[in-house]
Amino acid sequence: MARIWKFGSDVNTDQIVPGRYAPYMLKNEDDLRKYPFVEARPDFAPNVQPGDIIVGGNNFGCGSSREYAPLALKLVGVGAIIAPLFARIFFRNALNLGIPLFTIDLTEQLQDGQQVQLDLATGVLTTDTGEQIQLPEPSLFMREVWQAGGIVPFYRQYGRFPGEVA
Amino acid sequence: MPQTLAEQILSHAAGRSVQAGEVVTVRVDLAMIHDSLAPGIIRLLHEDLGAERVWDVDKVAVVIDHVAPAATVQTATHQANTRKWVREQNITHLFDVGRGISHQVLVEERLAQPGMIVAGSDSHSTGYGAVGAFGTGMGSTDMALILATGRTWMRVPETVRILARGQFRPGVSAKDLGLYAARVLRADGATYAAVEWHGVDFLSVGDRMTLATLSIEVGGKAGIVPPTGAPAADLRVPDWLRVEAGATYLRTVEVDLDTLEPQISMPPFVDNVADLRDVGKVAVDVVYLGTCTNGRYEDMAAAAQILRGRTIAKGTRMIVVPASSESLQQAAADGTLTTLLAAGATIGTPGCGACIGRHMGVLAPGEVCVFTGNRNFRGRMGSPDAQIYLTSPEVAAATALTGYITHPQDVMA
Repeated sequence: MARIWKFGSDVNTDQIVPGRYAPYMLKNEDDLRKYPFVEARPDFAPNVQPGDIIVGGNNFGCGSSREYAPLALKLVGVGAIIAPLFARIFFRNALNLGIPLFTIDLTEQLQDGQQVQLDLATGVLTTDTGEQIQLPEPSLFMREVWQAGGIVPFYRQYGRFPGEVA
Repeated sequence: MPQTLAEQILSHAAGRSVQAGEVVTVRVDLAMIHDSLAPGIIRLLHEDLGAERVWDVDKVAVVIDHVAPAATVQTATHQANTRKWVREQNITHLFDVGRGISHQVLVEERLAQPGMIVAGSDSHSTGYGAVGAFGTGMGSTDMALILATGRTWMRVPETVRILARGQFRPGVSAKDLGLYAARVLRADGATYAAVEWHGVDFLSVGDRMTLATLSIEVGGKAGIVPPTGAPAADLRVPDWLRVEAGATYLRTVEVDLDTLEPQISMPPFVDNVADLRDVGKVAVDVVYLGTCTNGRYEDMAAAAQILRGRTIAKGTRMIVVPASSESLQQAAADGTLTTLLAAGATIGTPGCGACIGRHMGVLAPGEVCVFTGNRNFRGRMGSPDAQIYLTSPEVAAATALTGYITHPQDVMA
């Protein structure tokens, strides 16, 4: 089972990882895993478990281009992020890192702390009350990137961008 | 079929006619990386992607602007390693400490030109739209892939058009138009879309940069000002790039500049915008003039015009961080700098300054800052318990004079 971590609208990358905690500013770059939502939600980093799911409001990940924001979420093992709309650069960065993203508004249906199970292959999210929610099907482009584990492994494997004719 | 500027530029780069919604792989004309993310990008390029060299040594620009000069031994070490890498790679364009903020510098150096695709490791890379380029910010992995291949993938964006009419009144400037657009569109109003700024032919490249950099604050993938009007004379405008009647816009926002009031963005979100007149009396600890949005010569000159012969309020500090060495030199040459210093302002090294909260004037808990920059998120400039208000340079200068948020008209002669 995975825990739902619910966030509001317009979560920005300064909230996800403040600039002062950039890997570049840390003595040990692996310490980045201690800092997702360090100020916005201090209980997140110490308690999040691999596979846990973030459910955000509108415009999730707006603000700066810092890839260390989604990277910090990847390092703690976030299993998927679900939001009605993702900010563009965050969407690219998270996709490139291989974090599954689903564009759908579940802020009404899911509660913070709720336990769910997500089947990435089928896109079916099952809640602790047995409710089944079908998440929108990702594009072929996204599936190709996830399957490879991110855009870097994809490029190394195929020598091209997804969807591009070699 | 008539195309938006974004469609024209991406069609040209893809080598075929493309339309909004398509995902295409395009060549990149110029790639910018800065000190803050360069170490990680370089590691991705060599270790993760296994590339030995950048794809084109003339099309990569490395700018040391985010923590410049270095604030700690650690940042200094990263910057030293980055300089060494630039030499090893034989990269042509390195702009070191004090030259200024990447977006401003690449425009001043004439590296960014109309019709180009410019990708930068900084979200305000939309700023290259000031000269009619498709500038866009990307993360480290995207940038490393570009450095390796000279290419990137993109979804061809729809376009939101801002259509301005008329002229600014005294004390009102490009920042007010940009903040007004954020007020109407909100932070997500142009997500995945390009923003085109029409009706601003009378603006300088600097003022266009204000609009182009603010385009990311409404979610824009690019923010393009058509390369027409006086600045076009100094630009290499390709003959295929022009505003086409009948192009399809997702939305048009009309703005009457003749009646536009000074705007203010209140903490902690950029789109939390109101008319300055509707904000009550707010005492201010720090007035900060700088950034790629409003730290240029014309911004310093606009502030100096209000501060000339006067002194900033007791108990209020004013920090000026020019966007570039060229801006600083120009301000020094015509007395603007002396005016600011005589009024009680102080000056920092050209660069990003405290905009990312790492050095050169970070804020303490409880402090209130009036900032000419582009973000007022919680913790952006230091303490998460500081309050940041975004305004034009005119409002910033008026505020510095009185010590509380002030309408320029109330202090202008």
